[in-house]
Amino acid sequence: MGYVAVKGGTQAIEESIKRLKYERLHKEQVLETGQIEGGMRGLIDQVMSESSLYDEKLAALAIKQAEGNPEEAVFLLRAYRSTLPRKYCSKIIETGEMKVERRISASFKDIPGGQILGATTDYTHRLLDFNLMKETEQTVKEWLSSYASGNIPFDELQQDLDLVLPKVLDYLRKEGLIPPLENNDAEPDDVTRESLEFPSSRSQRLQILTRGETGAVTSLAYAVIRGYGALHPTVGELRVGSLPINIEHPNEARSGEDEYYIGEIKATEAEMLMPFMTEKDKGRKELEFEIGYGLCFGQNETKAIAMGILDNCLEHPDSSFPSHNEEFVLLHIDSVESTGFISHLKMPHYVTFQSKLDSVRKTKAANAEEREEVQAYE
Amino acid sequence: MNNAYNFAFFDEGSKREIRRATLKAIAIPGYQVPFASREMPIGRGWGTGGLQLTLSLIGKEDVLKVIDQGSDESVNAVSIKKLVKDTTDVQITDHTSQATIIQSRHRIPEVPLRTDQILVLQVPLPEPLRYFEPSEHETKKLHAEKEYSGAWLMLFEQIIKYGSMTTGADHPVMVHDRYVMAPSPIPRFDNPKMDENEALILLGAGREKKIYAVPPYTRIVSLDFEDYPFEGESFHDKCCRLCGSEGVFLDELIDEATGETFYQCNDTSYCCEILNEAEKAGVN
Repeated sequence: MGYVAVKGGTQAIEESIKRLKYERLHKEQVLETGQIEGGMRGLIDQVMSESSLYDEKLAALAIKQAEGNPEEAVFLLRAYRSTLPRKYCSKIIETGEMKVERRISASFKDIPGGQILGATTDYTHRLLDFNLMKETEQTVKEWLSSYASGNIPFDELQQDLDLVLPKVLDYLRKEGLIPPLENNDAEPDDVTRESLEFPSSRSQRLQILTRGETGAVTSLAYAVIRGYGALHPTVGELRVGSLPINIEHPNEARSGEDEYYIGEIKATEAEMLMPFMTEKDKGRKELEFEIGYGLCFGQNETKAIAMGILDNCLEHPDSSFPSHNEEFVLLHIDSVESTGFISHLKMPHYVTFQSKLDSVRKTKAANAEEREEVQAYE
Repeated sequence: MNNAYNFAFFDEGSKREIRRATLKAIAIPGYQVPFASREMPIGRGWGTGGLQLTLSLIGKEDVLKVIDQGSDESVNAVSIKKLVKDTTDVQITDHTSQATIIQSRHRIPEVPLRTDQILVLQVPLPEPLRYFEPSEHETKKLHAEKEYSGAWLMLFEQIIKYGSMTTGADHPVMVHDRYVMAPSPIPRFDNPKMDENEALILLGAGREKKIYAVPPYTRIVSLDFEDYPFEGESFHDKCCRLCGSEGVFLDELIDEATGETFYQCNDTSYCCEILNEAEKAGVN
């Protein structure tokens, strides 16, 4: 029996796609994208971050179409993203201007402005809440109104200037505990327009890390702090909040006037502190703090922290650990690229396999002949 | 109390299995006993090892104290207490002397422990050799052969580079002349407290799935050299600005208004007790 390509693929594909639609619909539940947007904040944020596309509505649609599978949803959005023209580049965003809704430091108890827990699952116990199975719109409304009576309305909170807080790291720089750093406002390299070359620039690295698959970024960073790496970091500051986006007037660029505010994005920022040894004059060595930086769309704290760890690893290449090797890290953490190539193994490989089979048979036959010869000689 | 779950969260079989690993750990001081660490309702790395020990040991008569970073009121301590209280309804206390089980991250209390108390430490990195040997398979062999030159070399290199041993928390210790052990992330200051301690000290690492122990009256020696003796964090000439205590582990804080640095007891319940006693004495 030889291996023959199956004919009649067209009809099979059509039926398969129909079957897929059937799987999504056969429980006769129509999932509204508004429900996904409202109730699946974590998944929406993760998908937007990995897709490099900030749009909650489109993310909800992609999640619906992908039946909640994040790698598939990211795939859909990335493909859509590549059809969009790039009309403007935003003005430089200073994350110090973030309107903070959550902000903690694991390094310092007393940070200027205080620790703000905000919304976090960190202190919840992961016990299944069976009451959620009975949740109705009525109970939700009641809870919301009782919550509103004890809290400042969200819109008013947004106007509050106190939500703009100083950076913990700036405070440390003033103290002289970490070296001062100049802003680098040079135009970043764009990894979506130009392919990555090695050695990479920091802007390229940061982009790849922030687009990286959440689980992959997390597991590589975990390897670093567990022993397959040389870092023992602390969270200097982790903040979640909204960042205003401005663009310049298209015709009067660089005039500094007529900037347009076009909206805001929610982001998570992590500034990690790593003890690092620097060499001073006469070979004297001194322990200092280095920074690792993480920033991603939405509230996605594990990833921002993991990104911060990997950013610092890649700043300090170390051949003893793959996690400090930029090619190893950057070429493997992308969701679309890694799942694409893994799933390509499902494509027909009849021809390559046939030729491999031939080689296997030949070497086996040659070995058998040799054995026979040896036996005859003996 | 949450009745949807078993007393102390686990089923009895799980508790028994964890206790069995604990007994083995007590029998071989400092040896890391692997155990089937359970998935817990708090994050791996947030104290699941300590929590599993606590839940496997706790009975209705127990009184529990939980410390995080020296404080009973720290967010994670509050969260862990809430979970244990919710699933056992045991009495919770801030007073070290009243507790039968003390679960702690980062500190051994300033008040000396007694024979009827158990100190449970939450351990993030149980492997003292991990710093220079990433492979678990290899470190296990090194322990079996009592091959600890790597640990000494690590300290030696620090002395060569910086002029002193620069271990922060988690300075390795030799347990009863056999196993080198990571004393969880307790500061160097607390290492000597483990030596010949009256209480049973249990160390649990949930993520790394290890339990180890320092039974009462066990010899614990922090690794050092004749000419570079082990030194704890020094708070010489400093005292707590609230209770005036000296010779305790102090937090360094900065007054935002004046920019001045001041010191305060890290063990908050100890500080509180000293203050209360002083007040009582003043009233009498």
